[in-house]
Amino acid sequence: MAGEAGPAINPIEQFSLLKILHITVGPFDVSITNSTIYMMIAVGLSCGLMAIGARGTTGAPTRLQAASEMAYEFVAGMVRSAAGEHGMRFFPMVFCLFIFILMCNVVGLIPFSFTVTAQIIVTVLLALMVFCTVVVVGIKEHGLHFFKLFVPSGVPIYILPLVVAIEIISFLSRPLSHSVRLFANMLAGHITLNVFGGFCVMLLSAGAVLKVVSVLPFAMIIGLYALELLVAFLQAYVFTMLTCMYLNDALHPGH
Amino acid sequence: MEAHEIVNAGKYIGAGLAAIGTGAAGIGVGTLFGQFLNGALRNPSAVEGQFGRLIFGFAVTEALGIFALLIAFLLLFAV
Repeated sequence: MAGEAGPAINPIEQFSLLKILHITVGPFDVSITNSTIYMMIAVGLSCGLMAIGARGTTGAPTRLQAASEMAYEFVAGMVRSAAGEHGMRFFPMVFCLFIFILMCNVVGLIPFSFTVTAQIIVTVLLALMVFCTVVVVGIKEHGLHFFKLFVPSGVPIYILPLVVAIEIISFLSRPLSHSVRLFANMLAGHITLNVFGGFCVMLLSAGAVLKVVSVLPFAMIIGLYALELLVAFLQAYVFTMLTCMYLNDALHPGH
Repeated sequence: MEAHEIVNAGKYIGAGLAAIGTGAAGIGVGTLFGQFLNGALRNPSAVEGQFGRLIFGFAVTEALGIFALLIAFLLLFAV
């Protein structure tokens, strides 16, 4: 009953793309949107962090240097443990993915900013890039042996066709789950924050007693924010971890 | 009842049904952390090495609940 009085809040408005600079090349629309700008911010921040971190100091390492070294060690350890020493060839790609997604997620958490990774087209392209890399590297390294990936060893011959079919389907659905996981987590997290913000606004614009109650959704927002910060890091970690596992399949097929 | 009212009713019922999935993911996350604690209390020295896997499992499990929540949100706001 009180909700009718408050202003209408559309929680998915925050994900709309706004064209800031109209550019058209032939039939393609390559306008600069708010998404582009936030991607540039994320790239700039990650490049800045690494450039300052790699500059080196004479005395004790600075905080930024320590942060960039920690990020390096973290991703290097992840690649080594999931894809082995061979996988270190792909370290630059994995590291770029990790830092880019992490920066996009964290920048998106700043109030009034835009979350690039909550656009499915961005995550689908990242996931397809990983998928294509895995297929190309696998076929280049192992030729037809790459397809051993679909034939697990030690499976009885009479259920082998079924297992191979399942393996092929699971391999092909990888880019889907890989991209939707990141996209859905970011989208749902931001919608939830927005919905609770809407509760706050509705209660504040309602009666005097209800104004006091608006503390409750506000406390919830603070809790959710902490969770979202964790999720922002975790999803970047999970995305890169899965990338390493898929690369491991390309480098060492045949289980 | 008019047609758009029926559509709206279907939307809200569907969103409610989709939100059941988040509860299922809750069971999964509870099992995950419960089993982890179970193992961790038996062998506390192994906790350090397995923490990454715990977090990884948490993220993958939680993502399924998020998928359900996403469907609910899509029904509420996008359809």
